[in-house]
Amino acid sequence: MSIAAIDELSEPLVWPEEGVTRIPFRLFSDPEIYRLEQERIFRGPVWNFLCLEIDIPNPGDFKTTHVGEVPIVVTRDEEGEVHGLINRCAHKGALVCLKERGNAKMLTCVYHSWTYDMGGRLKGLAFRHGLRGKGGMPEDFDLARHRMEPIRVEVFSGLVFGTFDPDMPSVESYLGPVMSKFIRRNLDRPLHRLGMHSQIIHNNWKLYAENLRDSYHATLLHTFYTTFKINRLDMDGGIIMADDKWHHVSYAKRATFDEAEEYQKADVHSDQFDSKLEGPELLDAWDEFDDGITHSIQAVFPNLGIHFTLNSLCVRYFAPRGVDQTELFWHYLGYDDDDEAKTAMRVMQGNLTGAAGLVSLEDGCINEFVQRGTAGSGDRNAFIEMGGRDVESSDASRATEVAIRGFWTGYRRIMGIEA
Amino acid sequence: MSEGIEPGTRGRIEDFLLAYAHAIDDGDLEAWPGYFTEDAVYQITTRENHEAGLPLGIFYCESRAMMSDRILALRTANIFEPHTYCHMLSRSALSSNGAGITARTNFTVVRTMQDGASELFAVGKYLDRIVLEDGAPRLAERRVILESRRVDVLLVFPL
Ligand SMILES: [Fe+2]
Repeated sequence: MSIAAIDELSEPLVWPEEGVTRIPFRLFSDPEIYRLEQERIFRGPVWNFLCLEIDIPNPGDFKTTHVGEVPIVVTRDEEGEVHGLINRCAHKGALVCLKERGNAKMLTCVYHSWTYDMGGRLKGLAFRHGLRGKGGMPEDFDLARHRMEPIRVEVFSGLVFGTFDPDMPSVESYLGPVMSKFIRRNLDRPLHRLGMHSQIIHNNWKLYAENLRDSYHATLLHTFYTTFKINRLDMDGGIIMADDKWHHVSYAKRATFDEAEEYQKADVHSDQFDSKLEGPELLDAWDEFDDGITHSIQAVFPNLGIHFTLNSLCVRYFAPRGVDQTELFWHYLGYDDDDEAKTAMRVMQGNLTGAAGLVSLEDGCINEFVQRGTAGSGDRNAFIEMGGRDVESSDASRATEVAIRGFWTGYRRIMGIEA
Repeated sequence: MSEGIEPGTRGRIEDFLLAYAHAIDDGDLEAWPGYFTEDAVYQITTRENHEAGLPLGIFYCESRAMMSDRILALRTANIFEPHTYCHMLSRSALSSNGAGITARTNFTVVRTMQDGASELFAVGKYLDRIVLEDGAPRLAERRVILESRRVDVLLVFPL
């Protein structure tokens, strides 16, 4: 039997022969693995989510973001073309854009006034010809040979993606037909921002990536949700896996509530809160689509999640901030043709998710509990067999860890870990 | 700083705002909705959202009933590590108009976790509209504007 390994580490990573049903805890705390991921994943052959197209609607708009740890600025030039640039001056490496968002004719590094157009081409610099004929750049200095380093970008359904890999196929083929279709379902209409915030979670980024794909925990940890009968595992729902397994959609349909025996037997604590809401208008909802889906969460490898919780639409993404810290961003959206009542409802249901989400605030701490629980146990593994050992779509049940196995399938592929 | 406010009224409002903070600090969260009028609006949002005029923040209630639901939820449904708050309030700037008294009060909140870590959790301002019900102050609106757009771990208790 072969045991998968990465050899580039000072201590090779040994992955149990069971494959994606066993996850070495070392993956969540090893700084060398973290560093290798920056190169092989974030700066590798993936499309990273960068920002929303509505962050940069007009020529001259820019928005800063990250690819892994690398600072990025997304710009729109005068012709309307979107660019992705490493937010680093070609001279000394200082940040060029300091503001998170803004509008500019040119981008100027504050350090020595090296100035770039919105496409990152160097247009000028201070004292190029010296002062009073003295100093200045050498004779052979050529502006055209210096620029902010570009990355490839592509806009798909209002989402701006970027990659360091010049050979990546299009975003649409990276997503595959099923994932592409579901993103279009949610985002292919004029959008506007309703509000945003971020959250620091004290865990490795992969624990959050797992959490996004963990449909098993949804109704067990998040007990507000279940006890108000918004969503339970016994509702009609399922998991759709992308062909390459690392993206997925988990969905639920509002169905007649039916008290499953397994819940009573398991004595899950989600049953204890049986009172009705005093303010039930929180959960008033209308059918946004005719497919009956009331809740969905979609994960796109490596850093993007899109959810609809009743009528609350949110694009969330995360940036690793070290081996044991991650920043999670929540961008709540509305459609431009929403009337006042719909906007009010989306604002109200923003309460369900986010850092203070009635439904899911537990995700702010649960991954940290794993981070802390696995400290000092790098030679032990997680056990991921709920719903079987496969990585196939399932319309039978959401009591499954199939999407987590899908994440690790992709992770092993891109990190070069083959069984 | 106190246009049209009687000294006695200022005193009552200052006591009221302090009692609100102490109720939360003491863990008497069931008392929290009682500081509001029946149809009061309570929102925690960020300075970034507030200044951009964006309506959606982090925590939102538009009635005392929803506030009670929040408290019941955190008592019985939500899971989080035990922690406490300690509020520090500034003196309030008050002014009076037809719709009641508006108040702006800066705050800092230190959060203490069970492992002993006491850390700055939130800093910002309360923008309040206060009405007098039978002479007793009540919040008709409280906007909690956080300076930072970033929450550490999670936010479950009201501020
Ligand atoms: Fe969750």
